[in-house]
Amino acid sequence: MERVARASSLLPLSIFLGAVFLVPHTAAGEAYRWVYPWIPGLGVNLSFLLDGLSVLFALIISGVGFFVTLYAVDYLHGHRHTGRFFLFLHLFMLSMLGLVSADNVLALFVFWELTTIFSYLLIGFEHESAESRKSARQALLVTGAGGLALLVGFLLLGIAAGTYEISRMVPMAASLQEHPFYGAILAMLLLGAFTKSAQFPFHFWLPNAMAAPTPVSAFLHSATMVKAGIYLLARFHPVLSGSAAWTATLILVGAATAVMGAFTALGQSDLKKILAYTTVSALGIMTMFLGGQLAPSLMAAMTFLLVHAIYKSALFLVAGIIDYQTGTRQLEKLSGLARSMPVTALGAFAACFSMAGFPLFFGFVGKEIMYKGALAETMMPNLTASAAVLANGLMTAVAGIFLIGPFLTGPARHGEPGAEACGSMCSGPLILGGIGIFFGIVPEFVGSYLVSPAVASFHAHMERVKLELFHGINTPLVLSAVTLSLGAILYLSRKRVNRAVCRSYQAIGLDGSRVYDRVIEGVAAVGRLQNRLLQNGSLHRYFAVVVASFVLLTGYSYLSGVQALPDIGAPGLATRQWLLLLVLLAAVGAVVVTRSVLLAICALGVVGAGIAMIFLAHGAPDLALTQLLVETLTVIIVSVILLRLPGLGGAGRKSRARKSFDAALALSVGALMTTLALAMLSSPLDRSVTAFYEQSSYLAAHGRNIVNVILVDFRSLDTLGEIIVVATAGLAGFALIHRRRGRS
Amino acid sequence: MQSLILRTATRILVSMILVFSVYLLLRGHNATGGGFAAALVAGTGFSLYTMVEGSAAVRRGIRIDPRGLIAAGMAVALVSGLIGLFAGEPFLTGMWCTLSLFGGKEVALGTPLFFDMGVFAIVLGMILTLILSLEEN
Repeated sequence: MERVARASSLLPLSIFLGAVFLVPHTAAGEAYRWVYPWIPGLGVNLSFLLDGLSVLFALIISGVGFFVTLYAVDYLHGHRHTGRFFLFLHLFMLSMLGLVSADNVLALFVFWELTTIFSYLLIGFEHESAESRKSARQALLVTGAGGLALLVGFLLLGIAAGTYEISRMVPMAASLQEHPFYGAILAMLLLGAFTKSAQFPFHFWLPNAMAAPTPVSAFLHSATMVKAGIYLLARFHPVLSGSAAWTATLILVGAATAVMGAFTALGQSDLKKILAYTTVSALGIMTMFLGGQLAPSLMAAMTFLLVHAIYKSALFLVAGIIDYQTGTRQLEKLSGLARSMPVTALGAFAACFSMAGFPLFFGFVGKEIMYKGALAETMMPNLTASAAVLANGLMTAVAGIFLIGPFLTGPARHGEPGAEACGSMCSGPLILGGIGIFFGIVPEFVGSYLVSPAVASFHAHMERVKLELFHGINTPLVLSAVTLSLGAILYLSRKRVNRAVCRSYQAIGLDGSRVYDRVIEGVAAVGRLQNRLLQNGSLHRYFAVVVASFVLLTGYSYLSGVQALPDIGAPGLATRQWLLLLVLLAAVGAVVVTRSVLLAICALGVVGAGIAMIFLAHGAPDLALTQLLVETLTVIIVSVILLRLPGLGGAGRKSRARKSFDAALALSVGALMTTLALAMLSSPLDRSVTAFYEQSSYLAAHGRNIVNVILVDFRSLDTLGEIIVVATAGLAGFALIHRRRGRS
Repeated sequence: MQSLILRTATRILVSMILVFSVYLLLRGHNATGGGFAAALVAGTGFSLYTMVEGSAAVRRGIRIDPRGLIAAGMAVALVSGLIGLFAGEPFLTGMWCTLSLFGGKEVALGTPLFFDMGVFAIVLGMILTLILSLEEN
């Protein structure tokens, strides 16, 4: 199994190499498009577009996917469900790749939902832990609700644009923005993006999703899935941006998320929670910059996307190694790790310095372009810049917390057992950290091959913006210096800051998580209420409700005169038919009167058999046969069940009112059914369908029994549905019977 | 049940009922019968046998778990539908071939027969599952 899992890393690796091969082409502005018709009648195609943006995402997804796969083989060593894990992981990766390359909004939606489902399965991977199940369900419900909003948005967009292909919507941007649906489309798409990318106030699911195994957190919840919302905002930037609503919403929500996430990260003690909240903050920064209209802002968003994916996945892998080797992720329990695990520490150093944004690391380049972008905008430049400085300063402090406490100070408490992790686990953070340094040294190269092509694919009129190591002494550089000093100050006063943060949270009292809990409790309460009212376990009540609604709703059309009563003349029946009728009536009478279970069952069987006789007399042998057989089996099964029950004596104890209600209900159903049957007889039969089957049954389907030919050939899809119902009913009955046995 | 007459009669009856059930299944396409009715007949036979000889005897006789029968029936029905799909027709399109038997007789054999067998297995599996579970409870 482990060998298979290790070999499966070839899948992300080959996709990564394929994407690398495409880089020179997309950098030259080329884009590749394939279309496979899927449901052409509805305009749904599996169309894929590979441009700079898709390739940048594909590189991140497959690159991080490769390291995570190798890492997870050792991380899950000896786990019972290794095979399942890698299946989910790779299927997730493929859905994510589909998401970032789909050009049809409905195909994109399908991939979007697939990532939600695999995220649910992976968060709940340790399904025996209640916390893990709860977190998985929370992530599913929050992102799933957003997904539904997204579908509504996509459908409205499709109606407004007349096409579901994104590449054909882009030229229509101006007319789409004046369309009356624009407001609704924007709101729905943003809801989808904000829930997926954990924006305030929907961010709470992401820290809880840390219940997933660490490789999953590194892959889904830092580098890829949570970036799907960012991808959506970037992809639809040319279609929907430009309005004040777009800019204001993205900047305000993004800034709030960035600052709030970073402040919360400061007070966490679990390594993974720290990383989760800084991820929330980073996603906020990206959202905020996608609110911008000019190339520098968008460059900043895409550069930071890459910066963050590289350092954050490395840090998650480091957190996983620490957890795996020492058995804890609690900050206060860790110390002196630089000595006991030097290789991991090296990776952690590189990633943390990138996160803090020190010069010569890729994070520095990302921060510079951020400040440049913020200041170039016309709308709220100061707010964006100050939110970015504050969030970056906080992240610098968090990088300090992550690095200094566990790695640099104190004795190597956990030095002895197993010291360093094995090669394939360490290589991930080490190589990702190395890439962070390499990209930091050659930013021009990264800018022109990866980031600019990505921005150019959603921002056509692209003035040249270069990523540079040194821009000269200007405002961004000053802001960078301010950020680093702010980070140092925040680090030193972290305890005081954290207390203030906690107090202000309590003062505000606004908490998405609590709202979520309220909603879930509300749904459960409604469920209990309707259970008490409608499904209280009394078979009598179920039957009475169904039958009474039938009588009232159908009978109303007769009583109100909408439907004329059929002409009830004397039915011209032969003597034998009258006899049959008498037998049936006698049997029904016996069912009602008798106290003996066996007699009641047998009398019911007589009624059924009598009806079969009527079918037979009117030339429907198949129907008669089936009716007779079903009746026989029913008698057998019901007697097996009822003969073990205490008898029908209970019926005698019912109150008089209840009995007369039942009788009235039964009589009115009978009267109504008789009326309906007579009404049906009084209208002429349409024989065209019958004629078709009579003609083509033998010619087209080699069968002379029309009933059977219809069942297994002409309408076999219906039959398939019915046998699925039969199979399910059988299994459900089995479960019910065995559940009872388990209880007693 | 300890009645000697019932036990002896059951042996004969059940075997005849089961043969009759297969007969109904196979003739269904051209005359009264079909998978559903055949399964009901077989189900009745097995119910009788269960009452007389007990559920353990039935389980020994059919060898596989009735729930497995449901699954197998579902698989047969789906595969019979897929054959049409692989031939480039819509899912569940009936595909036919003609077999020549000894004496120059020709018999048309088609996927609807397999579909009907799937129906038979599912319905019979469902009946057996319920009857045996109830009997053992």
